[in-house]
Amino acid sequence: MKKFILCAAVAALGMASPAYANLSVFACEPEWGALSSEIGGDKVSVYTATTGQQDPHQIQARPSLIAKARSADITVCDGAELEIGWLPMILQQANNPKIQPQAPGQFDATTFVPLLEQPLAYDRALGDIHAAGNPHIQTDPRMILPVAKALAARFAQIDPANAATYQARLADFDKRWTAAVAKWTAMAAPLKGTPIVVQHHAWIYMERWLGLVEVAPLEPKPGVPPSSGYLAQVLAKLQATPAKFSIRAAYEDDRPSTFVAEHANIPAVALPFTVGGTEQAKDLFSLYESSITLMLGALKK
Amino acid sequence: MHHKLIAAALCAGLVLPAAARADEASDLAAMRAEMKQMQKDYIARMAAMEKRLSKTEAELKAAKQGGTAKPVAAATPGTTKPPQQSLAQAAPPPPSPPPPIPDQSAAMMDLPPSPPSAPPTSNNSFNPGIAAVLNGMYMAAAHDTSNSRIAGIAMGDEAGLPPRGFSIGESEISLAANIDPFLSGFLDISFQDDNSPTVEEAYIQTKDLGGGFTLKGGRFLSGIGYINERHAHDWLFSDAPLPYRAFLNNQYGDDGLQVRWLAPTDQFLEFGAEIFRGDAYPAAGARNTGMGTYTAFVHTGNDINDSSSWLAAASYLHSDAMGREYNDSLFNGRTDLGILSAVYKWAPGGNPTVRNLSLTTEIFYDQQSGRYEVSDGPLLPVNQSRWGGYVQGDYQFMPQWSFGLRYAMLGTDKVPLALTGTDLDDFGHTGNAETALLEFDTSEFGRFRAQYTHDEAGLKPNDEILFQFTVIYGPHGAHRY
Repeated sequence: MKKFILCAAVAALGMASPAYANLSVFACEPEWGALSSEIGGDKVSVYTATTGQQDPHQIQARPSLIAKARSADITVCDGAELEIGWLPMILQQANNPKIQPQAPGQFDATTFVPLLEQPLAYDRALGDIHAAGNPHIQTDPRMILPVAKALAARFAQIDPANAATYQARLADFDKRWTAAVAKWTAMAAPLKGTPIVVQHHAWIYMERWLGLVEVAPLEPKPGVPPSSGYLAQVLAKLQATPAKFSIRAAYEDDRPSTFVAEHANIPAVALPFTVGGTEQAKDLFSLYESSITLMLGALKK
Repeated sequence: MHHKLIAAALCAGLVLPAAARADEASDLAAMRAEMKQMQKDYIARMAAMEKRLSKTEAELKAAKQGGTAKPVAAATPGTTKPPQQSLAQAAPPPPSPPPPIPDQSAAMMDLPPSPPSAPPTSNNSFNPGIAAVLNGMYMAAAHDTSNSRIAGIAMGDEAGLPPRGFSIGESEISLAANIDPFLSGFLDISFQDDNSPTVEEAYIQTKDLGGGFTLKGGRFLSGIGYINERHAHDWLFSDAPLPYRAFLNNQYGDDGLQVRWLAPTDQFLEFGAEIFRGDAYPAAGARNTGMGTYTAFVHTGNDINDSSSWLAAASYLHSDAMGREYNDSLFNGRTDLGILSAVYKWAPGGNPTVRNLSLTTEIFYDQQSGRYEVSDGPLLPVNQSRWGGYVQGDYQFMPQWSFGLRYAMLGTDKVPLALTGTDLDDFGHTGNAETALLEFDTSEFGRFRAQYTHDEAGLKPNDEILFQFTVIYGPHGAHRY
């Protein structure tokens, strides 16, 4: 009986803290959650803090997020102040030394690629600007691979036992991704030079990748909702330089882009922006494929 | 003896140079070996660089044709330098005039190279984050608000209402920074409208304890209840709900020590305990050798689904008062207060940008026992229980616009005959206040409010309209749930 109790106690302890627990990943956005799964496979447990239906700028620092961050081994986030409105509060309340700033368990994707639009002046009069540059790098799939490489290295650093797995999965991902990017680039060739309007100034990396030309954003300044007066200005501008279609992230308020699309007689396209933003964008691969398909469809209209 | 010395010196003179020569020879050999190694290294480095260059060229070509992503040298974890720099670090320093290394990142991405951000050299680069909160108010009311009362409550000095007309209320300046890898610090100074500065908070907090523990020490706002820990600019209404005014003088903050423990569970579960000096209402006089107040609280919460989440809390505060003054009366004794709090938040799909709702309710119950003295009269025994509560809702119905409703009430036990007519006597009146609020935000940093209250907290009903602006500038931390 004593032996049984001892066995049970040991078993209970083992269950409470399994020696070979998965690396616990707290991903801030779905694209980085998906990438963590691609690189980590079954060696990591990924919790994604936001969904494709949520604006990653504005998340409430909910109790559930604090509880999840408490036991995370690594946060995989966009960085460049995208999450500044909520993540610092989560980190402060979770008070988990593993994921504090500068710890190996804090991984910011935007530190591994060159950012565009690093502001020359920091002034809140300019709207919701990010001091490090435009953080929405995931709109260009070419930005994913450098992040993937850095992430595999980071996983290996924190979890050396599975370093080989991470490297092997990275090599496999690299191969599939490089092929896919070439395919998407070819597929999107007709979009080159297409004038568009965007709701939030969040697509500059995609615009550069595909050669799209942004005629105007529907926000007078980043993060500032448009007034009807401003939308009238945009419509006037569209008369002089017509756009082919308008795009917005699926989570954004559809009213401004629908209004402009109706009055300028152009299609309004809701792009997934991230994994899970639309039903079609199930993973990283279908995210870009479905985005291009949506825009090609709008071009034909 | 002398000769021997000379001979020895001669011998030494003969032998030493030879030894030196031998040393030279071995040195030369070592140097040769070193040079050979350097040559080898150099060749290897050049080869590596050539390889790198041809790879770059191939990638450039590929990019021009297909446009694949260029591999950025994976920066070492923890660095935050731009990739251009890590690239430069990765390349070995060439001993001869370096072959031009094309800026890979720029060329591949067809963008002008962004200037590498120079490390800040000025001595203010370690300055703390400094934020300022400014307030402006205009109060219109049927009756004077400057000496407003709460029936049956010997109020604290801050529990009153803003005066009629224009006023600035509290202006705050806060400084926040990490002190070292283990501690962070926060200082908040508020200026009352009579120009007197007050240290609202001044505390240090641990960053690295692990195990879910956090320690906080200094002057800080207690973690009891739901809104107590928030600064006034973070409240959903322009003033604190009636029970907070009556029981906690708006909010309880004092000098002390706090420990919090976050349980390693999937559901948010946090325990906390505090011990305070006991100088702030409802405590007074720093009883029990300067440890007159202690508290305990538990917070828990979770998501219900993508759209809704909740938080609940149970809190307890014990305070001792010695010479707590109000008007011309004094109270000596103890107060035991319990608070139950519940918060529910909803946003479609968990995206609060366009529409969101928050509902809050808190229930207060306390027991006040001790002795009460009016105008140097006799000490009268008090043993009184009091209760209060409020429910409030705030709904953002479109970006930048929201409205709120709040109902608050408060009641006290009937006082014994000896205390009839004193400030502790509510004359059978149950205090209550109904508030409606309309809010417009210019951004998350600028806010305008119009708030109407039908106020029956005191014996004389009042109608109050408060217009308020609140702005925050400078780096400001994210807000609590």
